[in-house]
Amino acid sequence: MYQAIVFLPLIGALIAGLAGTSLFRMMGREAEAFGHDTGHDHGHGEHGDAHEHHHQPPWPMYLTSALLIVTAVLSWVAFIGYLHDGGVQKFEILRWVGSGALSANWVLRIDTLTAVMLVVVTTVSALVHVYSIGYMGHDPHQARFFSYLSLFTFAMLMLVTSDNLLQLFFGWEGVGLASYLLIGFWYKRPSANAAAIKAFVVNRVGDFGFALGIFATFLIFGTIDFDPIFAGAAGQVGKTMDFLGYNVDVMTTICLLLFMGAMGKSAQFLLHTWLPDAMEGPTPVSALIHAATMVTAGVFLVARMSPLFETAPYASDFVIIIGAITAFFAATVGLVQNDIKRVIAYSTCSQLGYMFVALGVGAYGVGIFHLFTHAFFKALLFLGSGSVIHAMSDEQDMRKMGGLAPHIRITWVMMLIGTLALTGFPFTAGYFSKDAIIESSFASRAGPGAFAFWLLVIAAAFTAFYSWRLMLMTFHGRPRASAATMEHVHESPQVMLIPLYFLAAGALAAGFVFKDYFIGHDYDAFWRGSVVSTEIIEEMHHIPAWVIWSPTVAMVLGFLVAWLFYIRRPDLPATLAAQNEPLYRFLLNKWYFDELYDFIFVRPAFWLGRLFWKRGDGWAIDGFGPDGVSAWVVDITNRVVRLQTGYVYHYAFAMLIGVAALVTWFMFGGAH
Amino acid sequence: MWLLEQADAAAVLPEIILAVIAMVLLMVGVFRKGETANFVNLASLFGLAVVALLVIFGGSGRMTAFGGAFVVDTFARVMKVLILFGSAAAITLSVHFMKEQKIEKFEYPILILLATVGMMMMVSANDLISLYMGLELQSLALYVVAAIDRDNARSSEAGLKYFVLGALSSGMLLYGASLIYGFTGATGFPEIAAATAAGAGGLGVLFGIVFVIAGLAFKVSAVPFHMWTPDVYEGSPTPVTAFFSAAPKVAAMALLVRTVFAPFSGLVPDWQQILVFVSIASMVLGAFAAIGQTNIKRLLAYSSIGNMGYALVGLAAGTQEGVRGVIIYMMIYMIMTLGSFACVIAMARKGRQVEEISDLAGLARTDKMLAFVLAMLMFSLAGIPPLAGFFAKYFVFLAAIQANLVTLAVIGVVASVVGAYYYLRIVKIMYFDEPAPGFDPMHGEVRLIAVLAGAFSLVFVLIAQPLVNLAGAAAASLF
Repeated sequence: MYQAIVFLPLIGALIAGLAGTSLFRMMGREAEAFGHDTGHDHGHGEHGDAHEHHHQPPWPMYLTSALLIVTAVLSWVAFIGYLHDGGVQKFEILRWVGSGALSANWVLRIDTLTAVMLVVVTTVSALVHVYSIGYMGHDPHQARFFSYLSLFTFAMLMLVTSDNLLQLFFGWEGVGLASYLLIGFWYKRPSANAAAIKAFVVNRVGDFGFALGIFATFLIFGTIDFDPIFAGAAGQVGKTMDFLGYNVDVMTTICLLLFMGAMGKSAQFLLHTWLPDAMEGPTPVSALIHAATMVTAGVFLVARMSPLFETAPYASDFVIIIGAITAFFAATVGLVQNDIKRVIAYSTCSQLGYMFVALGVGAYGVGIFHLFTHAFFKALLFLGSGSVIHAMSDEQDMRKMGGLAPHIRITWVMMLIGTLALTGFPFTAGYFSKDAIIESSFASRAGPGAFAFWLLVIAAAFTAFYSWRLMLMTFHGRPRASAATMEHVHESPQVMLIPLYFLAAGALAAGFVFKDYFIGHDYDAFWRGSVVSTEIIEEMHHIPAWVIWSPTVAMVLGFLVAWLFYIRRPDLPATLAAQNEPLYRFLLNKWYFDELYDFIFVRPAFWLGRLFWKRGDGWAIDGFGPDGVSAWVVDITNRVVRLQTGYVYHYAFAMLIGVAALVTWFMFGGAH
Repeated sequence: MWLLEQADAAAVLPEIILAVIAMVLLMVGVFRKGETANFVNLASLFGLAVVALLVIFGGSGRMTAFGGAFVVDTFARVMKVLILFGSAAAITLSVHFMKEQKIEKFEYPILILLATVGMMMMVSANDLISLYMGLELQSLALYVVAAIDRDNARSSEAGLKYFVLGALSSGMLLYGASLIYGFTGATGFPEIAAATAAGAGGLGVLFGIVFVIAGLAFKVSAVPFHMWTPDVYEGSPTPVTAFFSAAPKVAAMALLVRTVFAPFSGLVPDWQQILVFVSIASMVLGAFAAIGQTNIKRLLAYSSIGNMGYALVGLAAGTQEGVRGVIIYMMIYMIMTLGSFACVIAMARKGRQVEEISDLAGLARTDKMLAFVLAMLMFSLAGIPPLAGFFAKYFVFLAAIQANLVTLAVIGVVASVVGAYYYLRIVKIMYFDEPAPGFDPMHGEVRLIAVLAGAFSLVFVLIAQPLVNLAGAAAASLF
């Protein structure tokens, strides 16, 4: 069954990618016969050339979607089994690498953590596949799109089922590749290509640390298989090793290096800049990869490596600090963004910060629980916003929306559910998971716990504000779009709405249903050591009442301010922005991180490139290298050939000059 | 033999026999009726073969004649055999060529024989007087041979230029010889060596060495005494050019080796400077000037200048290994250059010789065999392993490095890289350019020499050991 879960998406990807695209070329106009059944009368202009209305066989998208649905069902079966029973299971696929002391076999490792991830990945992926049937129905390259989606899913499944670091790294890079391909899916748009490259390059920075971490692990433990590493971690506490000329603590170093990879993949503070730009990809991609699954790979990595992080308190403190700063920073930026997808992107960034705080304080189950619930409501928000964009004829700027609620009632309801869950409205999914994180950060004995607690509470208020701001600006108030656009507003087809229903159900109920397993009384029985169990799970149930109420208060506060700003006094935001111009600009420009990186890294890199190109290659290599030398040789040749005049007296003169030179040489110092 | 022994001339037997053969053939040519050239050619080749056998089997060890003015040692024997071989090849290459160009004269092989006598004397010269005698005997024959196509202005011009400049160089050489005699009081090499060892001479002897070396450098066409080479190579009939570039070069180089070592072995650091300068100048000019050539004979002239520069690298080392390198180099160089000229002789269309490099275009498609042989020779001349030319350069550079002349070796390698360009350009033209019309069918003996030379450069790596040992023994006999 697990083999099927992992490999069905790969099979779908291969068939759709190889046969789907080439078959389409071969079938040519016959493809018309298959037609397409989506009834709307315009394409999604987001895909630049969609309006050409190429008709192609829809079977690749049905095939991949069907395979993914099967996979998702199987995953749920497995997951339900793990709710009550089941330890670590391993399935060896093949002996992969055996080189000296290094051996890494391709083994599917299934435990509770993997089962949770399987459910998240396959469910969201299946729903996104189905949603895309509607959303990408007009795209001329839909077979390629679905192939990428399935390929991504396969890579993600490889990642979460890995049994050693190399296998994990394979999946890690696989999702990175799929992410690159999907962000740049509309490769004719320069901005999409730029965003894809940016995502790839920024992730390389993190992956560099990750790779070093794997090397260090092999150096210290002599293996990269999980079980022996986990078993040996405790024995390495307090030992040191040489790194970059310093004598450093082994476990802290390894954990920090691994966390560096997680920071890149999960868009944490300093390495976050690629995530908002990744919104250049199609919206279903944003929902699947850049909200629900891939960006949580970092969270998964830290949770998977929890036995290591437990032995490295300083590394864990670092995780807390980075997570808290990210949660706060991304929330502040989200306050002022006007692009509907960017608001949700910063929200994702912020929520990932929450998860890392939970991991840092040792509440691994809580972090994974938030990952689990977040996948539902964030995918819901993204797909819902896709529906809005779809309805608004590809308008993404919220300043040009407003008053949409009566026109697209179902989408409105869906977005409302997502917003409630995200802001932590009582008894929705976010209420259980996010509040648990805030509680665990308060309960933490770690140094930065209090720091994280306050940042998270403030971030919760901000979250409520920007979420409601999004809702109110989009759906309520006076319409700001042109009359033509408003006339055009229509509800999405069922194929796009049905996935929303599933996600909405998850966003509402996932917390309530599963909270006892993930973070409650059945914690140890559920996780069964797949993540380390610490006292904090118990301690977080014994904290003052004001702490428990604080996120709810923050949420209400955020909502009230948003209501005041955007319904009651719509003139206030502009006044406030004008009064605090520097702060507003600072937030609007995302703390100037792009500009800072541009100044520190990008421009020096370009400068260096130009130096090597113009001076190094053009001047030095071409000037003194092959071209220069050959030009020089020809020049000398021409001069030398001219010496050969044909006149005997010139020749005799040369001979005499030669003798005279040699004699002179011996007269003045040459003689011994 | 008794008579010869009484005259202290037993060691000169091969030279005497060759001279007698030459004069007898001259009589035959003059007095016999009808077409005599064929007979003289064959008889000359036969005579050369006989003399070669005499040189090889006519005794071993060091022999002297004429009171020590003439010496025969292993070095002399090896070089003489090479010279005889080169002369024989030059006669062979000329047979059909001369007929087709209608310049067939029975004097040609006789002049070659006389030049060969002179060259053999040069190789064995152990006295300034015998040195000059051998040199002039050779030169006078060569002046005439260069102008053998006397109705052709270019050929006449070549002979005249060679004569005028050769006379100048002879004058220099004589002047140098008189300086040396004046400061040491001797003309015999051993006596000069003894005198310089006793402290005679000083700057005067050095000046003498400069002039003598200048005179000899003219014969090996080393820069800056090379200017005649391209003009004479181009103007002379091709078999004559082939001869010029082979045997006389070997003889002059051998003479140079003996002249700097036998009388001046105590002055190595002094004459080394001259040779380093001449060597560098030759390698660099040979490499650069050849690039600008369109005429294959001129190109081979510069190639020959450059190759003399490489050979001089070994001599400049001033060591026994260096001399061994020179001997190996001259051996390989002579064979490669004869092969190359055999290919040039084959460049004829409808009985007319063509000499432009562009005439070789697409040769690979019209004559695979010739193109392949020439390509092998060019690769070998460019010094590409594992062909013979690589080993030739290897041994001289090795000697230079062992003698701490690293700069010289580096310059040599750089020059050979530049030089590789024009050799490879010929290969490129033959194999990749659009074909020009094909050449006339080659004559058997020309083809034979070309193929043998190509095969030699290919398989040298297999037969290197005995040849290197022989060269080592020859070098050892000088020290």
